[in-house]
Amino acid sequence: MAQDFAWGRLFQWPQAMNPLTDRNNALPKLESAQQSYLAHGLGRSYGDSCLNKDGLLVSSKQLQQFIAFDPTTGILEAEAGVSLKAILEFAVPRGWFLPVTPGTKYVTLGGAIANDVHGKNHHSAGTFGCHVHSFSLLRSDGEHFQCSPHEHSDFFKATIGGLGLTGFITSAKLALKKITGPWMDVDSFRYTNFDEFCALSTKAAKEYEYTVAWVDALAQGDSLGQGLFLAANHRQLPYSNGTDPYKPTKPKLSIPFEFPNIALNALSIKAFNFAYINQQRVPYKQSVQHFNPYFYPLDGIGTWNKIYGRRGFYQYQCAIPPNKEAMRAIMQTIANASSGSFLTVLKEFGDIQSPGLLSFPLPGFTFALDFPNKGEKTLALLNRLDQMVLDAQGRVYPAKDARMSPDAFAAFFPQWQAFTQFIDPAFSSSFWRRVQPTL
Amino acid sequence: MNKNPKPSVADKLHVQNCVIFGATSAIAQAVAVLHARQGYTMALIGRNSEKLNQIKANLEVQGAPSVSIHVQDLNDFEQHQPLIQQILQEIGTLDRVLIAQGTLPDQIALQQDYALTEQCIKDNALNTISLCSHIATLLEQQKSGIIAIISSVAGDRGRQSNYIYGACKAMVTTFAAGLRNRLAIANAHVVTIKPGFVDTPMTAHIAKGALWAQPEDVAKDIMTAFEKRKNIVYTPWFWRYIMLIIMHVPEFIFKKLKL
Repeated sequence: MAQDFAWGRLFQWPQAMNPLTDRNNALPKLESAQQSYLAHGLGRSYGDSCLNKDGLLVSSKQLQQFIAFDPTTGILEAEAGVSLKAILEFAVPRGWFLPVTPGTKYVTLGGAIANDVHGKNHHSAGTFGCHVHSFSLLRSDGEHFQCSPHEHSDFFKATIGGLGLTGFITSAKLALKKITGPWMDVDSFRYTNFDEFCALSTKAAKEYEYTVAWVDALAQGDSLGQGLFLAANHRQLPYSNGTDPYKPTKPKLSIPFEFPNIALNALSIKAFNFAYINQQRVPYKQSVQHFNPYFYPLDGIGTWNKIYGRRGFYQYQCAIPPNKEAMRAIMQTIANASSGSFLTVLKEFGDIQSPGLLSFPLPGFTFALDFPNKGEKTLALLNRLDQMVLDAQGRVYPAKDARMSPDAFAAFFPQWQAFTQFIDPAFSSSFWRRVQPTL
Repeated sequence: MNKNPKPSVADKLHVQNCVIFGATSAIAQAVAVLHARQGYTMALIGRNSEKLNQIKANLEVQGAPSVSIHVQDLNDFEQHQPLIQQILQEIGTLDRVLIAQGTLPDQIALQQDYALTEQCIKDNALNTISLCSHIATLLEQQKSGIIAIISSVAGDRGRQSNYIYGACKAMVTTFAAGLRNRLAIANAHVVTIKPGFVDTPMTAHIAKGALWAQPEDVAKDIMTAFEKRKNIVYTPWFWRYIMLIIMHVPEFIFKKLKL
């Protein structure tokens, strides 16, 4: 059984991988001088940014130690292979939470930094990198750089969102945030078009820490952009006595994602997505949810990426400045193509600046969805979307990309040339080689 | 028959401890973390002092009230008795002991060099037996305590691909069964852990398939085995049935298989 090294399962080439066995060790030896390194965590990047064809992946899976925790400040120091799941299991019972979390907890601390991940609280907290105090970066010459805003600050900025190209992150210090319990107060609004989304989003950004919308990507015309807007805050109530705060008995609103794997196929997922959006006929509903189903609905079904079959799938996430017409045009193009996934995630990013040089988020709309790999047809659609994103002066998320052109990358990230000076000469990735300008 | 004696009030007041031999192994580390989270006092024995210090910090962050480390090459059998005495003096009683040290040598190399075979037997059988002999006496005296010994499914039946390692584990399995029998009357207990394929640094060179488990999964089973005072634990559970089949293949067929 071949191992999947990236979540989209588009690339099935053989891939060499060796672990870094200790955070103080040097990197494992390369087979030849032509080979290059790339750090690899849990392989949840969708495309080829976590792959290194003909090179060596250096796994962080043996770097699982917590190093220090200060219960007064909430600053946690841990090795790079520690997963967000492990951090939550540690932090939540102590009254702390991740400052920023993506939609899965199966990512490593190192990966979260290298992709400068974001979450539903981008408008109120910025990216993951905004909460990283420092990290240790192992370079191919064996040197360890201690990087922070005050020390090697240029490498600090380049490594946050730097796609693993500046070296191997061995450990990091992260500022956790205080919570009073594992529960979330969730308000969900059913809205009928994109204008309503914008009005809701503007209002909710002030009142809620977390906001996101699930959009029915097939809706057209007057209903374009319709969906379910979920806004949430951490519930300000202390733990009840005698219960394990991490494990809820049952979430109040249980998301029916946890049906057995055998029942899963593309069709049933479509049916589910439809049900998900349409479950709520009332315009407004309040509920209390445990943080697990709220933040990580898909983690409940393990390898959901396999429902797209052997050919894998593309995930597409773009961010564009707050230009409603451009956003509408992109959604219309996807609805017309009707080959995309049924469900789209839509959110408004805030204007908190990440320290990361190549960081993806920008103030405005962001929008993500899956496309089952149907070959040329899918690629043509995605290229068309790229052009629309470019025209709107937006960008596409490298952590999810498997196909953007070198020209598109250079236009999305004009700062890439400034970034190149921080790349470790012995590090590379399949993504990076793919987006280099053809000379 | 009372399989799971309820802890007395004294037991509840006493901070439980867990002593781990071979503490830097991946399975041992995962077991240690589970104990640290439950507030156990820990004592770690291993060779690599730097790694032990990292693990100590990790366990303290994760909730262990105190962690002592003992840098010791367990091939030095003379040191077993004083080492155990020293640990006992530090922590008072032995509540839980995990025997996790071991190696996975290359079978072909062992076949070609008897000295390596002998070393394998020391590493994987004799030092476990030596440690447990000393510990068993103490458990008999204190009339409590559990030793979990990591054996292997490899010990259930000799196969050409790893029968020397398997023979060591067979010795450990049989020894553990006898010791369990001996300690039962003293209210002390022995758990035999038989892991299948586990994805650890020890097995890093082997290609992984569907049957491979993560050390964290094995650690959970070991934790349950401690809590429920289980006797023989296959981990993951399906190995019980795989080995049941393997053990029932008639020898005249088995000897011709490439296993």
